[in-house]
Amino acid sequence: MLRYTLRRLLGAIPTLFLVIVLAFLLVHAAPGGPFDDERALPAEIEANIAAAYHLDEPLPLQFLRYLGGVVRGDFGPSYSYRDYTVSELIGRSFPVSLQLGVLAMLLAAVTGVSLGVVAALRQNTALDKIVMGVAMTGISIPVFVIAPLLVLLLAVQLQWLPASWTGSDSGSRLLLPVISLALPQIAYIARLTRASLIEVLSSDFIRTARAQGLGTAAIVRYHALKPAMLPVLSYMGPAVAAVLTGSVVVEEIFGIPGLGQLFVRGSLNRDYTLVLGVVIFYAALIVLLNLIVDLLYGAIDPRIRRR
Amino acid sequence: MVSGGVLCAIALVAVIGPWISPNEYLTADFNNILRSPAFADGHVFGTDDLGRDLFVRTMMGVQVTFAVAIVASVVSLVIGVLYGATAGFVGGRVDAVMMRLVDTLYAMPFIFFVILLLVVFERNFLLIFVAIGAINWLDMARIVRGQTLSLREREFVQAAQLLGVSTPKIILRHIAPNLIGVVIVYVTLTIPQAILIESFLSFLGLGVQEPQTSLGKLVNDGTDQMESAAWLLLIPATLLALILLCFNFLGDGMRDLFDSRRSE
Amino acid sequence: MSLLEVRDLCIRYGDNEVVSGLSFSVGSSESVGLVGESGSGKTQTALAIMGLLPGNAAVGGSIAFDGREIVGAAERQLDRLRAERIGMVFQDPMQALNPYIPIGKQLRRVLLRHGIGDGRKADQRVMHMLDRVGLPDPARQFRAYAHQLSGGMRQRVMIASALIADPDLLIADEPTTALDVTVQAQILDLLERIRDETALLLITHDLGIIAGHCERLLVIDNGRLVEAGPTRKLFSEPQSAHTRKLIDAAPRLDGVTRPAPAPGDRVLETEAVSVSYVERRAELHAVLDLDLQLMAGETVAVVGESGSGKSSFVRAVLGLIPMRAGRVTFLGEELSGPARSRAVEMRRDLQLVFQDPAGSLNPQLRIESIIAEPLSVHAPELDAGGRRERVADALQRVGLDEQLLSRFPHQLSGGQAQRAAIARALIVNPKVLVCDEAVAALDGSVRAQILDLLRREQEATGLAIVFISHDLAVVRSISHRVMVLYLGRLVELADCAAMFARPRHPYTRALLDAVPVPDPLAPGGKLSLGGEMPSIINPPPGCAFHPRCRFALPRCRTEPPRARPVGAARVACHRAEELEL
Repeated sequence: MLRYTLRRLLGAIPTLFLVIVLAFLLVHAAPGGPFDDERALPAEIEANIAAAYHLDEPLPLQFLRYLGGVVRGDFGPSYSYRDYTVSELIGRSFPVSLQLGVLAMLLAAVTGVSLGVVAALRQNTALDKIVMGVAMTGISIPVFVIAPLLVLLLAVQLQWLPASWTGSDSGSRLLLPVISLALPQIAYIARLTRASLIEVLSSDFIRTARAQGLGTAAIVRYHALKPAMLPVLSYMGPAVAAVLTGSVVVEEIFGIPGLGQLFVRGSLNRDYTLVLGVVIFYAALIVLLNLIVDLLYGAIDPRIRRR
Repeated sequence: MVSGGVLCAIALVAVIGPWISPNEYLTADFNNILRSPAFADGHVFGTDDLGRDLFVRTMMGVQVTFAVAIVASVVSLVIGVLYGATAGFVGGRVDAVMMRLVDTLYAMPFIFFVILLLVVFERNFLLIFVAIGAINWLDMARIVRGQTLSLREREFVQAAQLLGVSTPKIILRHIAPNLIGVVIVYVTLTIPQAILIESFLSFLGLGVQEPQTSLGKLVNDGTDQMESAAWLLLIPATLLALILLCFNFLGDGMRDLFDSRRSE
Repeated sequence: MSLLEVRDLCIRYGDNEVVSGLSFSVGSSESVGLVGESGSGKTQTALAIMGLLPGNAAVGGSIAFDGREIVGAAERQLDRLRAERIGMVFQDPMQALNPYIPIGKQLRRVLLRHGIGDGRKADQRVMHMLDRVGLPDPARQFRAYAHQLSGGMRQRVMIASALIADPDLLIADEPTTALDVTVQAQILDLLERIRDETALLLITHDLGIIAGHCERLLVIDNGRLVEAGPTRKLFSEPQSAHTRKLIDAAPRLDGVTRPAPAPGDRVLETEAVSVSYVERRAELHAVLDLDLQLMAGETVAVVGESGSGKSSFVRAVLGLIPMRAGRVTFLGEELSGPARSRAVEMRRDLQLVFQDPAGSLNPQLRIESIIAEPLSVHAPELDAGGRRERVADALQRVGLDEQLLSRFPHQLSGGQAQRAAIARALIVNPKVLVCDEAVAALDGSVRAQILDLLRREQEATGLAIVFISHDLAVVRSISHRVMVLYLGRLVELADCAAMFARPRHPYTRALLDAVPVPDPLAPGGKLSLGGEMPSIINPPPGCAFHPRCRFALPRCRTEPPRARPVGAARVACHRAEELEL
């Protein structure tokens, strides 16, 4: 088990490296620089600024300098928010996004799995069809459609929940954004769970368990649930990525000062370091999460551990 | 199967709609701004904040959405199939390297790269297709590679190799026909993904630009007007959801069909 | 009143009736055999008794266990019967055991469910059971996972799980079909010893197994009971034609063997062929130093259990996997390199028929295209008419109807599909045909027909055949010479009749002993060999067979025997000359 873990860890490093390289190249390949939008400055001053930010150096050197910084945890200064370093900016916005994301994932996982299990156990009944129908709809409606619709319904028309982040201070302001983020995932996870559980339940070893007189509840609990969760577990990586993506939209709509918003602003302002920093940060998160998923997978399926 | 029908209906209306409607999607009629939907005055879906007829604009949006979806899916299909089939068939080191690349790309927050790309290279219509194709091909490649690998080990392929059938012929006659099923299923599932991505980008203001429109952009616009003119949001949103729903049902149906044929 | 009373059982799926009007009974402590070909409804019957039929099955009639009705009973009541009163052993232990949970825990769960003991007592009982079924080191095996055990051990675990709650009736559905023949003997012997007072309903297609282990016999065909009665009586005086057909088709070890073929040219020769795999930087020898000479018109069988290397050997000769060492000479020319790079003529003259008929045919192509495909490579000058002629000729040779040409593989039965595969191989008139377990997946009567077809073809055209099989009875009916492999090494190579009459290697003797024979008076299937074939990861030093050999000497532990002539055979045993086997 330990060797498996180490091997996965080592494998993650080249991935991260590739991400950094790619992002760096992309950002610097863009026409225009971070200061283009500003008033035209005399050539000297421009040159000074360029030198101060090391923008006049050859690209590979800039890259190495950057890499050195990253390893130490320093993502450089932000070009658009002049008084802050990228690390500080990320540090300020991340907790909000984290809160949002974690809550959304928890909600999605718990609700999705429960719905999926119920649907699988009541396969082909009316309940099953309803749940799956709703799930299908949930997948088909993108986050940026659900969020406004929910706002329209619950905040504007019914006035139950606050419509924007800054508008109120209470915990209830979390509700709409989290639900919007979670809904498509609930739908997908429910479908996945159901399909997976149905397939596991038709396995030979489940038939053996039935022949041993274990009732349905015991079978699901002791024999079927763990293997059925495997595909759902594998999905967790992409799920988090989807939530991250969705958070960009949700933060825009609700005016939440999170990481997604930071990224969009940074892109529009050509703030190289900020954008790079956010991208790398997200990538690291995803890689970390995939690692955890892999480890959990190995914990459940003993056959994987041998490799 | 029902969804197939619905989709065709939508497509048809979308193509024909702008022709028969008396209104132009371009003309801003400031006398008529923000009218709710009503049959009487010819504005079936109402008008938007610039007085443009919503029906026509929505149909326009549907056209664009379909176009982008199909083109992008074809792009990702071609790339994905070629990549996956090659990796699966050649196998060994080449396969391991190719799949490592795919795994790495998979881990990257691709959508962010795309956004970056679009912002950085200005809003280029062509680039949207490329971007979407670039995100989608990963799944197809994985599936095709998996299928090719298992096909390669199937005995009828070994039999053909033993017989002396040339490699190109083996691919053409034995492997390709058995791939079609999987490919079709996944194409119908990638199309909604492509639509989602395009809509997402348009929503962020990075997709199609004025005066053209797509469903995503319409939803974005509608969200701004949400409190006063709810129909501007509801109509495109519903249509978008409906299209996605139909494609997903279609894909599911195809997958069931394919699975049952395979286990025969 | 009997323990189990089945009356007029009917099982239907929609319009399809798979079992109709089945009536029989099983008394306490009795051992009854239910025999039939595949698809005859025997497994369906077993599942019906357990109440495990899928939801879309319509069940009619009555199944009474100890007076209690099973058909239509509530799930909860059935649960109480299962394991506690009726236990079941399934066919494929790899699939039938949960791969994600240690086996000990699975067994314990059964006990806990039925309220037999708690925590520690349950564990003790599990380990006691594991010991009883012959698992070495039960304490360690408790925590083992299914994939870490060998096939034989897994089936022992299955038996343990079925018997652990002490049921009155044990149903065993093809319990040994997936196992090697020596392991099969062990498992059947275990069943005999361990069941004590438990009644046994043994379901199988193998008459040999029935003959040796069941007092009474039920013959089922197409969902109907064809004949029933005491085993001895049924074998000596079968009343129904179907029973007679089954008995006749059952492979025996005492039939006529084939006369030696007319002397012919040497078509295939291998010298010191070795095949190895590299796994985690260790070299695993799957095949070590095999020599073989094959003459035109003769059949040489390559016999071995799983892990013996027979498939690896043949695939290396065919060029499907690389050889580590050795030479292969075919029709006078040396073969080297992978199949892909070999000359086309070589490939034409050396053909292969696989074990799984459906898998070897492209499901997207019609039979006609499949059979004709070799022609496009080896006889491209033929026009459409010429091709059709050749195809028709091939069909005739294998006995397939022309109608089947336009069908797809999944529309053919197993036997028909295999004939098509053979037609495809024979259409280019090869000199050597390799059959890799070509009849293993077929039923008794179909199997006999395919073997017949191969014999006829050989006699007509002088075709040489390499026949891989684990089934000695089949081997006997078709081979001239037999090559026995153990852990990739040659153990004995002899003339067929001679080997069966007087084997010279202890392993060959054990193999012969283990084969079940469809004769209740001399049923064979004797257990004479314990343990299982070791894995190539850790081969025993010296003679690979010595840990299981009754006759092993200290020398056998250190010095690997070389194959040498003993009488008319080649044997790899230090004691070949002196042993009377």
